[in-house]
Order: sequence, then C-alpha cells, then structure tokens
Amino acid sequence: MAKGVSLMSKYETVIGLEVHVELATNTKIFCSCPTEFGKAPNTHVCPVCLGFPGSLPVLNKRAVEFAIKAALALNCEIPSFAKFDRKNYFYPDLPKAYQISQFDLPVAVNGHLEIEVGGQTKRIGITRVHMEEDAGKLVHAEFGDYSLTDYNRTGVPLIEIVSEPDIRSAEEAKAYLEKLKSIIQYTGVSDVKMEEGSLRCDANVSIMLKGSTEFGTRSEIKNMNSFKAVQRGIEYEVKRQAEVIESGGKVVQETRRWDENKGVTYSMRSKEEAHDYRYFPDPDLVPVIVDRSWVDEIKAGLPEMPDSRRMRYISEMGLPEYDAGVITASKAMADFFEAAAAGYHDAKAVSNWLMGDISGYLNGKGKELQDTDLTPAHLVELLKLQDDGTISGKIAKTVFEEMFASGKMPGEIVKERGLVQISDEGAIAAIVDDVIANNPQSVEDYRNGKEKAIGFLVGQVMKLSKGKANPGLANKLLKEKL
Amino acid sequence: MLAKLTVSEALAKLQKKEVSSRELTEAALSRIADVEQEVKAFVTVTKEEALTAASILDDRRLKGETLGLLAGIPMALKDNMCTKGVRTTCSSKILHNFVPPYDATVAELLKSAGTVLLGKTNLDEFAMGSSTENSAYFTTRNPWDTRCVPGGSSGGSAAAVAADEAFFSLGSDTGGSIRQPAAFCGVVGMKPTYGRVSRYGLIAFASSLDQIGPFTKDVRDCALVLNAIAAHDSCDSTSANVEAPDYTSFLDGNVKGMKIGVPREYFAEGIEGEVKDAVRKALDVLVSLGAEAEEISLPHTDYGIPVYYLIAPAEASSNLARYDGVQYGFRAEADNLLDMYKKTRSQGFGAEVKRRIMLGTYALSSGYYDAYYLKALKVRTLIKKDFDRAFEKYDVILTPTAPTVAFQAGTVENPLTMYLNDICTIPANLAGLPALSIPCGFAGKLPIGLQLIGKHFDEGSILRVAYVYEQNSGIERRSPELGKGGVANE
Amino acid sequence: MKINREEVAHVARLARLEVDGVEMDAYTDQLNAILQYADKLNRLDTEKIPPTAHVLPINNVFRQDEARPCLPREEALANAPDDEEGMFRVPRVIE
Repeated sequence: MAKGVSLMSKYETVIGLEVHVELATNTKIFCSCPTEFGKAPNTHVCPVCLGFPGSLPVLNKRAVEFAIKAALALNCEIPSFAKFDRKNYFYPDLPKAYQISQFDLPVAVNGHLEIEVGGQTKRIGITRVHMEEDAGKLVHAEFGDYSLTDYNRTGVPLIEIVSEPDIRSAEEAKAYLEKLKSIIQYTGVSDVKMEEGSLRCDANVSIMLKGSTEFGTRSEIKNMNSFKAVQRGIEYEVKRQAEVIESGGKVVQETRRWDENKGVTYSMRSKEEAHDYRYFPDPDLVPVIVDRSWVDEIKAGLPEMPDSRRMRYISEMGLPEYDAGVITASKAMADFFEAAAAGYHDAKAVSNWLMGDISGYLNGKGKELQDTDLTPAHLVELLKLQDDGTISGKIAKTVFEEMFASGKMPGEIVKERGLVQISDEGAIAAIVDDVIANNPQSVEDYRNGKEKAIGFLVGQVMKLSKGKANPGLANKLLKEKL
Repeated sequence: MLAKLTVSEALAKLQKKEVSSRELTEAALSRIADVEQEVKAFVTVTKEEALTAASILDDRRLKGETLGLLAGIPMALKDNMCTKGVRTTCSSKILHNFVPPYDATVAELLKSAGTVLLGKTNLDEFAMGSSTENSAYFTTRNPWDTRCVPGGSSGGSAAAVAADEAFFSLGSDTGGSIRQPAAFCGVVGMKPTYGRVSRYGLIAFASSLDQIGPFTKDVRDCALVLNAIAAHDSCDSTSANVEAPDYTSFLDGNVKGMKIGVPREYFAEGIEGEVKDAVRKALDVLVSLGAEAEEISLPHTDYGIPVYYLIAPAEASSNLARYDGVQYGFRAEADNLLDMYKKTRSQGFGAEVKRRIMLGTYALSSGYYDAYYLKALKVRTLIKKDFDRAFEKYDVILTPTAPTVAFQAGTVENPLTMYLNDICTIPANLAGLPALSIPCGFAGKLPIGLQLIGKHFDEGSILRVAYVYEQNSGIERRSPELGKGGVANE
Repeated sequence: MKINREEVAHVARLARLEVDGVEMDAYTDQLNAILQYADKLNRLDTEKIPPTAHVLPINNVFRQDEARPCLPREEALANAPDDEEGMFRVPRVIE
C-alpha cells in the first residue's frame, strides 16, 4: 500500500476521453428506419443500413442540427464546411465494412466545459465533435462456436466528443463525464443513458513523471459501461502503467478492455489484424455547408445551461450552493424545481423535497424524474396541504408515496383515504385521556421531570389517531392534562 | 422482322395497334433463342415474367389506360442494377445467388414507363474491364465478329442491342463502359452528366464516376430512353436537382454555327489510322452542314488513365469491402471469422477485381494517400479545368471513342495494355461530363465509334450533333449476320 | 515509387484477400507496372491545386427525420448465407 502511494505521487496522469452519444432522432442518420431501442432483431433495417449492394445514404437533417446543438452547448466553433468520410475496417457489426464518419473536417471544433473537483473549477478542452453512424450488435452464442448479428442499431446517429488530454485524474474524468451528460441532457438531443448505451466512454490514459512535459505512451480503455466503471477502470489502468514502468517495462500503445467483474483491464485481441482505416471522403455524400444563420437558429433553440442556472438559483432564489449543484445536474430536476418554486413561496422547501424524498424514491426505483407521473403541481399542492394544517408532516410522506405510485393529486388522496388532520380539541382530548390512562409509566416519568417522555406520549396519540391528530395540539393537551 | 425495329418505330406500331407488346416481347425472346448461343449477352433471361408483363400492358392499352413513355418496349438491364426478385450478380461469383429485395431507381422508372424487362446482361465482373472477359460466367461476343470482344464493361448490354435481342438496354459507365462497347458493337451509347441519372440501386464500382445510360439503335431512341430515366432522385445524394428537358426536342437537324472543338491529344500516337480517318470524315460531314470545327488542346488528357486507375480502384476497394460473406452472396467454408473473410473474398472475386482492390487499398493506405489518392484528386481538377476552358468557347468536343476497333478475345493479357483502351473515354468521367458514342463507319467487319462530349447537363447539344450526323453520314443502318447456327468460340 | 512483396502482403491483409506465393509475385509485378505508370503524375506541380472529390457543386442534401417502412425481416435475411433466430450467423467473434 505504501508503495502504491509513493508510486502515485511520482507520476502525473494524463487522460483524454472519447465520448459517444446517440442522438435521439426519430430515424437513422442515413436512412428512414426508426431508431427505437429494444425491438426484435433485424426488424428496423433496410437496404441502406444493411449495406445492400447499390444502396446509398442520404443525411438526416435533424441529426446535423442535433450535433450542432450539442456542440454549441459545449462552447464549440461550428466551421462553415463539413464533410463525411469512410473509415474502412472489417467487422461483422459493420455491414458495409466501412463506417461513415468525419475525419479532417468535423461538424464542430474547439469547445470546452468546466468541472468542479475539490472545490476548484477547471476547464477541460474539447478538441472536436464529429458525427458518425453506430454499428450493429453482436450476440455471442452460449454454446457453439458462432456469433449472431442484429443491425437494428446500425446507422443510429452518433456524435463523438473528443476531449483534450486535460484530465488529470479518474475523479476529474468522472466529473467531466457527469458534466457532459448533464449538458447534453439539457440540449435534449440524447437520452444520455449509459445503461442503454446512448452514452459510451472510451479513455486514453497515460502517465508521465511529475513535472515532465512529454506525455507517456497511452492505452485506450474500452467497455466501461457506467460512471463508476470509468473511474475504476482509469484508476486501475494508471496503477498498472506505473507498475509496468517501475518494474522496468514499457507501456505499449494498445486497446484494453475493462472487465467490470474482475476489476482489471486486459489487452484486447486486435480488432484488426493490422490497423489502417484508410479514411477518404465518402463519394456518396455531399458536403454540409453551415451558414451563420443556421447556427444562430439552432443556438436560439438551446435552453439555459446548467452552470447559468446554478448561479441563478444561488443568487436569485437563495439556494445553498450544494443544493443548486445537485438540482441543476439533471435538467428534469431543474425544470421541476423551477416550476414548483414558481408556485410556492419557499424554494428551499422545494429543494429539500427534491433532494430528499423524491431523489431517494427515484434511486430506490432506479428511475429518472421524467419517467414518472410526478409533476410540480403535485409537490406544490402537497406543501400547501401541510402549510394550512390539512395534513401533518408524517401524513405528507404517506401521501407522497401514493402520489408517486398512482399519479393522483395529493388533495384527492387525502380525501379518498380520510387523511385530513384532526384539529378538533374535543376529539383529540378523548384520545389523550386514553393514552394517559394506558401509559402510567410514561406519565409517571414525565411528572418526575423526564421531559422526553412527552414525545412518547404524543407518538401514542398519533398512533391511535392513525397519524391524523394535529401533533401540536396533542402536545399542548397532554401538557395541560398532566 | 419485329426485333429489328427501333424503339421509336416500335412505339409507333404499338400506338397504332399494329403490334402488341406481347408480339414484340416474343420477337425479342425468339431472337434471343436464335442468337444467344453465339452472342452470350445475357446472364439471366426473365422469359415468363417478360411475357406476363407484356400481356398486362397490352390489356391496359386495350382498356384505354394512360401508359408510360415507353409502354410495351422490351429491354435489358446490365446485371449490376438491382431488380427486385430478379437475381443480380454483377457477373461475379460473390453475388451468384443475390436476389435484391428492391429495385434500382432506373428499374423503377423504366417499369413505370411501361417497359418490359427481358433479362440481365453480362459485364466485366463489378464493371471492371473493357471486354467482358472478366465476367465470372462467360465472355460476351461481338455480334459483328464473334471472335472479338464486344467491349466492356457493359458488353452484354451493347451486344444485346447490336444483335437485336433487346430494343434498348441500360449500361453503366465509370471510365467508358457504355461508350467503348457502343463503339465496338456499332450502336449508340450515352453516358449522361454525372448526377443526371440516379445511381440508387446501381451496384457501385467507383461512386464518384459511375453513371447509368442507354444503349440504343439510333440517336432518337437514345433521347427517348433518356427522357424516361433522367430525373432527380431523393435517394441519391449526388443526384442533381436540375430539370430534364424533352431530349427529343434537340433532334431538329440543325448544327449551323455550332462550335466543335477537336482536341489534338485524342488523335495522337496509339490511335489506329482507320479510326482517325473515320472520325475526321465524320467531322467533315458536320462542317459541310454548317458546324464550325477547330483543333484545340486539352493538355492534361494524358494523365487521365493514371488518375482514373488510382481514384476508381480506391473507391472500389471500399465499395467492395461489403462482400464479406456475412449478409448475402457467396460464403466460403471456414472455421474462424478471419478465414471466412479471406476465403470468401479470395474465392468470390476474380483476378481483375482483386487486382484493383489491392491497388486501391494501397493508394488509400497510410503513407501513400497523399502520393497517390490525393495527388490523383488534384490532377482530376486539372483535367476538369481543361474542359471548363474549352467549353467557354465550344459547344461540343469531338473525339474517337476508342483507340481501336474490337479486338479478339484472349489477346490482351497485360492489365495495363487493357487499361490504355479507355484513354478517350476516361476524361469525361473524371470531369462528370455527358458523352455519347455513335457509329461512324467500319474497319473491315468491325464498327468504329465517334465520341461527342458536352457541357454539364447539356446532353441536348450532343444529341443534336449526333442526330444530324446520323441523318447525313451516308452510313446505312445494317445488322450483323447472326442466327445462322454458329456457336461462339470459347 | 516501388511496392515490394511485404507491402503487397500487407495490402492483401488489409483487404482481407488471401494471396499465395505465385500470386504474390504476379501482383507485385502488376501493381508495380501500374504504379510506375502512375508516377507520371509527379511531373505535375499540384501544390496549389485543390482536390476534386465531387465534380458537381452540390451541398446540403438532406432527408427529413421521418420514419418509413423497414424491410420485412424475412427479406432482410433472405440472402443470408447462414442465419438463426432472426439474426445473421457468423463464426464466433472474439473480443
């Protein structure tokens, strides 16, 4: 362990990330097949995406607009001339044996985003954003020496976002990826779900002696399918490289695959016997000329980005920095927050619900806010029911759960289930008498100066009233009677 | 004999109900039965489908329905154009069993124009060649002398029209594959402007050069067929959104004042004397009718072949990568993926195709891209500029179509010698210009071709000149002697 | 420039072609003849000449993002040399 620590302080890590994002267009990038996920194999295919002889690609305009939109959100420049090239290699998931991509003239260049790590803000450069078509899926037979191919995903539009080698730790890599996900999600051009593969990340990792200006030999790590995997994969690889160098070896330039179960990276058998993609301009596609007015039009459709919202929530709505950061990380959360805060006087109370019960519930169910029936109106009504004394804080949690499950409005739930708080002194007094009579020990304790005992007795009143008694009133009556 | 009619003559008879589509189709099919053993133009003959389609068209005509421009005319397609439900092989073993699930745009257009598909014609495998000797199946024979090749790569389509087996046919032209066989077989063949006819469904050889065009018995037919296939297609990104005129409107018989440029580089060493003489005589005919001819220079002509033989194989190496045995076509037995790829492709492709894939792969490979592929694209610019300059002053450019007449099968063994055959036709592909070959005489039994090259989208001017020449050439229309029971030499 | 046997072998590997010894010699000779012929391009100074990838000045050809019917799966698979469970079957791919 001590050796590991000293090792890691000797070297500096250099990381560049290549992030693939599937664009949420209705149809594929070069043909009219739908992009829907999870359909029966080879049902969303046509001669074009199957690469049948004689078929030709025609570019999906919305895919270009989505790519530019994402790039603008990443502060990129949009050159006026872009073209498509062929990247040639043989693989069964690639029907034409070439992937249509962009080589030297991509749709966007020179962007950046900002991350916060350890209280410091750091800018990470984005070299380029280019468009390309996705490959198909390989299914490996459990028994038998063969694989099967499904081309539904072939031709789904992708953008590849290539960062500068500005990232210096696995933690920064994770922060970059989270920020990137958040920004793309804000633009609405992708679902950016790592578990469904609409966000994928490869990392170029190298190490060099601290203070050196010359980067070491890098390896490319693939198959990191979650944020945690990205962090773990990079951490492992950094350590591995340091050990290779320390033991007198040399890091080889290669592609390595992250094994999530074993927690290691291993050298992939070369995808190609020899690597030479022989890029050249695709003669079947014509150049894309992007004029200023088109860029402006797309820019006008961009929503407010997370950083700007975060600042506004802090300065204008009085949220603590932490809250503002958490809430703006997800556009759905931020939109929900703004809508709810517009209908309710206390933004912090809205934030508390979002960061507390709502997030807890979502995490428990593995859902995203936008996948539920919960609306800002639900939360506002719930908060108001509590404020005007109709329900107690405890009942509010019960109502919340049902509200989430059924999508019914809180008022309706309270009415249906008779959850209205009992604020009638006579009714509560009767329960209080019961409780005093049945809990002589606690009564005795209280009278002997154990203030805490009153809490237990209030709890008993709540229990008997099935949570409906106004707890303030119960407390007051108990004290009077004792 | 019905099969000898031109398209326009047959259309006139159909309209007057002097003949039915069924009769024309039967005539073509019986001609095929008579001469095909000598000519070997067809890879596939769709006899039953053709007869059924013809009968349906006849019924519709009887009912007074509005029919397409070419309704009832039997024709043939080069076997590199996809036809739904009809095997499309590219004359390659690798696609020996490929049945496309869709129609090429031209096949669809010709269907809606009311034509009847007789079958699919032979070609040099994947359109790579100048003789059809590179077909994986058999060599098509020149109907004028069956010891000779019909030219290529669209040799089957050219021979089928020359031998009256089809009223017209379509070919594809990447470096001369329509014009050279048209010249060798004594028919009219046109490569339209790049982008004029959709490439959707044409099995790609070199995408930036490939263009589909007609083979016909005369110039009027060429205009008629072009009317049916020249259209913008939203399925082909390189298809030009330029309105197509009625091409028959250019056949007015007037060339007075038209300026014809005659590039000296096309009459240089290597062009046979008889060819030069026939082309010069044709020029005299046009001048005598009021055209103005001047010698010009297209200084980069000589670079056309090297440019072409880098660009076309480079594109082909990528276009033909998809034939890997996974989704369609031939697959060789192998127990691992890499071997499957290698064996499938090595056994599935013929020698010339493999040679060009290797050449193209090399030209695109790391370290050689700039020296070969990029260099070729730059010289392509110079060749195009030669034409741009010439067309500032001239309406059409007149040259021989091929340096020689048809040669005997099996006599050209060196690939480079074969490539030199395309010297007159390649430049128009590199510049994307429309060009047409029209017969301008014979050397012995064998026809000689004259090439007319026009400005982008000005097929009209070359049709106009070609028509005037055809009407005044003094060359009688005649047919090769076939059907006497001879069998083509193997 | 000259291409040697090793380069021919490398190109064959890239192109997934199997070339045996005799063929290798023939290919090397033939490719050399063609490449030597192509060397004449070097007589031209093309330093300032832009490349022509497309002959026509066509730009911005797009499709609208509207779905159209796909191929029925039977048709997609009809030409497959080998298939199983609606998918194309290939020798095992090792990752």
